[in-house]
Amino acid sequence: MRQGLARAFGGVAIAALLVGAAACNSSNKTTTGGASSGSTCGYKIAYFGALTGSSANLGVNIEQGAELAVVQYNAKHGKDCITMQKFDSQGDPAVAPGLARSLVTDAKIIGVVGPPFSGESEAADPIFNDAGIPTITPSATRVSLSTHGWKIFHRAVANDGSQGPAAAAYIKNVLKADKVFVGDDQSAYGAGLADAVKGALGSAVVVGTDKTSADGRQPGNDFSGFVQKVIASGATALFYGGYYQNAGLIRKQLTAKGWKGTLVAGDGVDDPGFAAAAGNDAAAGSYVSCPCSPASKAGGSFVADYKAQWNTDAGTYSDVAYDAANMFLKGLDAGNTTPDKMNTFLSTIQYTGVANTYKFTSVGELDPTYIKVWMFKFGADGKPVPDQEAPKS
Amino acid sequence: MHISGLIDNFGPLTMTGLAQGAIYALFALGYTLVYGVLRLINFAHSEVFMMGTFAALQTWGVLGLNPNSPAPTFGRMLGFLAAGLVAAIIASGLTALAVELVAYRPLRRRNAPPLAFLITAIGASLTISEGIGVITKHNLHGGPTLIKEEPVLTIGNTAISNLQLLLILLALVMMFFLDRFINKTRLGRGVRAVAQNSDSAALMGVNKNRVISLVFLLGGLMAGVAAVMYMLKIGDTRYDTGFTLGIEAFTAAVLGGIGNLRGALLGGLLLGVVENYGAGLFGTQWHTVVAFVLLVGILLFRPTGLLGESLGRARA
Repeated sequence: MRQGLARAFGGVAIAALLVGAAACNSSNKTTTGGASSGSTCGYKIAYFGALTGSSANLGVNIEQGAELAVVQYNAKHGKDCITMQKFDSQGDPAVAPGLARSLVTDAKIIGVVGPPFSGESEAADPIFNDAGIPTITPSATRVSLSTHGWKIFHRAVANDGSQGPAAAAYIKNVLKADKVFVGDDQSAYGAGLADAVKGALGSAVVVGTDKTSADGRQPGNDFSGFVQKVIASGATALFYGGYYQNAGLIRKQLTAKGWKGTLVAGDGVDDPGFAAAAGNDAAAGSYVSCPCSPASKAGGSFVADYKAQWNTDAGTYSDVAYDAANMFLKGLDAGNTTPDKMNTFLSTIQYTGVANTYKFTSVGELDPTYIKVWMFKFGADGKPVPDQEAPKS
Repeated sequence: MHISGLIDNFGPLTMTGLAQGAIYALFALGYTLVYGVLRLINFAHSEVFMMGTFAALQTWGVLGLNPNSPAPTFGRMLGFLAAGLVAAIIASGLTALAVELVAYRPLRRRNAPPLAFLITAIGASLTISEGIGVITKHNLHGGPTLIKEEPVLTIGNTAISNLQLLLILLALVMMFFLDRFINKTRLGRGVRAVAQNSDSAALMGVNKNRVISLVFLLGGLMAGVAAVMYMLKIGDTRYDTGFTLGIEAFTAAVLGGIGNLRGALLGGLLLGVVENYGAGLFGTQWHTVVAFVLLVGILLFRPTGLLGESLGRARA
């Protein structure tokens, strides 16, 4: 009886598998070709980055910015003309390579908006490079990303070589802190940025350094040891290279222990998620740097369109991601329908979008004339508001 | 190595370690009780803890205390604390009982090999944590500040805060009551009997299933208190909060002697303190490494842990 049942189940399972596979195959053939018009249709732009995980907010902001561009394009060229294909890497460099390999097997993808984080960029970009699929990252700021000779790499923002010194100058000149503690989360982004800030501050100002576990991985979310070190060092400012969840927890625990100094961090903390983790009171008065201009200053009707589409305010880098997707779409309109042609198109592009004007150097960095770094301050309502533009050094 | 860092901060690091260790100790009780009676490592205990933290958080939210509210006055704080404790204890206790009923009892009935229990434990742990993860969208949930941490005592350069005292006191009190329960009451005698030899205990008239449910419930109760202590100290929780803390708590249980209640207390406090010394000496990123080096070191010389196994012995 038992064996018979097992065999029956097995048979049904195999039959279901076959039917499913057949259905899948046939449906693939009948999509995109029919519903749209023009030769630019039927292609896909991929979003590769965090959609869930501890730093999800940052990824979701970018994905929604890019998808807005696709939605607006489809409104003009026909429903489902271009598809936004999402790949959720959870921001995890361990998940990124496997996911990247599955991305490159899809022949319809002509470009990738992302990866938004430096760690997963280091892991996934070699795979994109081998497959020749162009990427535009709206937020990965680690300097070393452009040194590997990846011809598909394009960075739509300034890197930590600009962000770090800008943050350091702000700490020294505006906050006038002469004792600064520098910490990071050992991630590709956090450690890189913290090193840049440390170098720019100089050893006379830096009174201590420490490293924590990666975002979301600190055992029990307990930063007591780190907090103890910051307090014992007598620092009046803390620079933390990392993402908003760790930064928020650290800020909360620092406040609980009575530390009255200022927390300064990079673009990874530029999100209301920081105040959600720390509590609005503790978060207020913290500063974050960002190699981006405030999303509220974005040109055209971007701010209103984003709000109408997603029912929430545009977040950090949403506008840059929107421009990145539009660059791919512009390339499609110009007839660059293969990844190679798209890549060549990007290397000579000069595009003015809602956030900035873009031109890429030979290694994929943003042309220095268009670099901008802004400082944001967390208000009492837990939202970062623009404070001032960091002077170009 | 920052030896000066350790020496200068010895007091503060010790106090932080004791407070942290207090949470480990209560959390470890769940592991140690279940192992003592069933010889089973209950991996799902970390989710029992996690459910407690969310229960406390939700209760405080319903009562109007959210992450951005100011710290309440003393009287109201006691009220909130009591409500949080009750909610967390109920949630953790129920989760522990549910896990026992659904995951382990069917296996016990079929006399399954120990490996089946182990795999089921891991499966139960993942099911609950990922389930909560999907519901909470893997987000961090910020909690309210119930107690504003203020120094109440100063010894040398060490300021001992009200929160630290509360945590250590809570752990000691709960441990005391549990100890008395296991050693002095009839139900406790039943627990010790089943731990010693479950078949003989059954012959003596002890209802084995009821005792096992009781053990899980007790572990869940302690985890509930630990959950509230955690929310007081850290104030944020996630679907995987139990997981990393659970490994540390389990380490504490083994360190002190798995199956030994006082060992759980000693192991927890010792682990908390040594981890913080290690963080002070080597850097926060060595925190976990130091903990496990300590564990391996102690087990090399005392394989049954510092106080040895003893739930099943005549003296606990």
